[in-house]
Amino acid sequence: MAFFFEVLITGLMVGIMYSLIALGFALIFKASDVFNMAQGAMSLFAGLALVGFLHQYMHLPLWLALLCTVGVMTIWAYVIVFVVLKPLVNRPPLMLFMATFGVMYLMEGIGQSIYGTQAKGLNIGIPDNSFEVAGIFMSSFDLFFAGVAAVLVAGLIWFFQKTRNGRALRAVSDDHEAALSVGIPLLKAWYLTWIIAGIVATVAGVAWGTRLGVQFSLSYIAFKALPVLIIGGLDSIPGANRPLFQALRSVRKRDS
Amino acid sequence: MFYRECGNFKDNYASDMAIFPIPLDRWGFIVMLFMAFVIVPLFASEYLITNIIIPFYCFALSAFGLNVLAGYAGQISIGHAAFMAVGAYSSFILYGRYGIPLIPSILGAGVITAIVGTFFGLPSLRIKGFYLAIATLASQFIIEWVIVHVQWISGGVFGTIEAPDMYLFKLWAIDTPVKKYYLSLCILVLLMTIGKNLVRGQLGRNWMAIRDVDYAAEIIGVNLYRDKLTAFAVSTFYAGVAGSLITFCYVGSANIEEFNVMTSFALVGMIIIGGLGTVLGSFFGAGFFVILPIAINQSLGAFMDVVPSDILSNIESIIFGGLIVFFLIVEPYGMARLWHTIKDKLRLWPFPY
Repeated sequence: MAFFFEVLITGLMVGIMYSLIALGFALIFKASDVFNMAQGAMSLFAGLALVGFLHQYMHLPLWLALLCTVGVMTIWAYVIVFVVLKPLVNRPPLMLFMATFGVMYLMEGIGQSIYGTQAKGLNIGIPDNSFEVAGIFMSSFDLFFAGVAAVLVAGLIWFFQKTRNGRALRAVSDDHEAALSVGIPLLKAWYLTWIIAGIVATVAGVAWGTRLGVQFSLSYIAFKALPVLIIGGLDSIPGANRPLFQALRSVRKRDS
Repeated sequence: MFYRECGNFKDNYASDMAIFPIPLDRWGFIVMLFMAFVIVPLFASEYLITNIIIPFYCFALSAFGLNVLAGYAGQISIGHAAFMAVGAYSSFILYGRYGIPLIPSILGAGVITAIVGTFFGLPSLRIKGFYLAIATLASQFIIEWVIVHVQWISGGVFGTIEAPDMYLFKLWAIDTPVKKYYLSLCILVLLMTIGKNLVRGQLGRNWMAIRDVDYAAEIIGVNLYRDKLTAFAVSTFYAGVAGSLITFCYVGSANIEEFNVMTSFALVGMIIIGGLGTVLGSFFGAGFFVILPIAINQSLGAFMDVVPSDILSNIESIIFGGLIVFFLIVEPYGMARLWHTIKDKLRLWPFPY
């Protein structure tokens, strides 16, 4: 029984890690009908940039490095939306999908030429020791990121439910044309979505980067998150709390 | 001036139905065939044939298969590489384990893949668009899992089986790259001829009607169920044959890693970059995705002394990604449309009007 709970908890934790990536997919798909292939590459780039700010090129304090990383992802969001996606508005979704495929290659290439191809350790000062609660081993590291994910999801729910911009995004995701007709600027809404996805990708990049080291395979973890996404559903974000369900579902998958 | 369409009179049904009604196109095609059958095997190096041209042919075949499904029938599939894997493994099992002759086992692999593909095409009767795409993505994962985990198919978790020696009619060994080249080229030409005529004919027109507006197609009497499923069957047949050709002629062993989800995405990329719903586009797209990375790699190799190699491989992916984005923005209907534009320009070329 204890073993069962241990597997359950571990699975839940890993599921939450995957759901961090799935969350980015779902956000962008819902807001702009784009199946974002570059989500994994965004995590990779965020991880690389953080390593760059923290260890490799500069030695900034953690909060400043995180801020700079988010800034970098904002620039990427700008480039993607206004350079790549803007000329493709009103094209079939398949083409937007293909464009993000190109963006994925671009991001991997640029990221690795700036920061190098070798795997880098990322240490943000979270202790990784396991302890025992009622006969179940847990890792403080996993718990920390579960907490971060919970905060992130709560923040997103708050953002989507309570703020003006969040409501605008929900309107866009419901119906592009109706949103346009009530005066919501579509490109700006997309820009915002991609920034949020960039922040989610940063969190995912930090989580996975700390665990596995920041390396190329981060880009492919996104594809491992795809089954989570398929089982959980691609397009329905009732609020933004669906990743928890996805986590639960992925537990079921991992247990079997 | 250079692309002449005049003097082209159709005075019987045969000339009206011709695949290449314009003499210039016909001659161009014959020259291409001559190049493929005579010039390339004579002058191309072994490296060029094995690593570039054979995979180019195989992926062109597979891209055409996906084009039948996505470009003509409008049913998007992003699990097509899995069907190639089915073709690869079943042809190996047919040929290596049951000793069925080479050509029948390659075509039989296509038939087996078509059966599997029709099964996975069943959701298309209910769902469409991106939801179908996700369903086919699920089929990718299901097929990969089955191939890796069923001992009988792959012989263990590594999912690799080695190619047996190939003999045509039990006496003619296909061992050199040139012979493999001819095998893949013959199958390519045969299947492409059939395919081109399929999409020109009644079935192709039904598919295009379904692609454009499906309920309107049903109203004018297209059998939606039958034709959607035949689209899946034909498309996966091509994928299966292409998969078995890749393993027989190119890789030499059936390995599931060849057919992972990235290959599926690359196939979708091929038909979009090449041009949806065109036969020519399948070739252009396959060329873009197979030849271009190698070409970039080779041309960057000149700078090998100046720049370290890991930077080079990154520049390679930057150029590749940039080109994909560039092509989508500049020519969203693919390189086949670009080709048509060139032909339009050449009609008048040195003279402005």
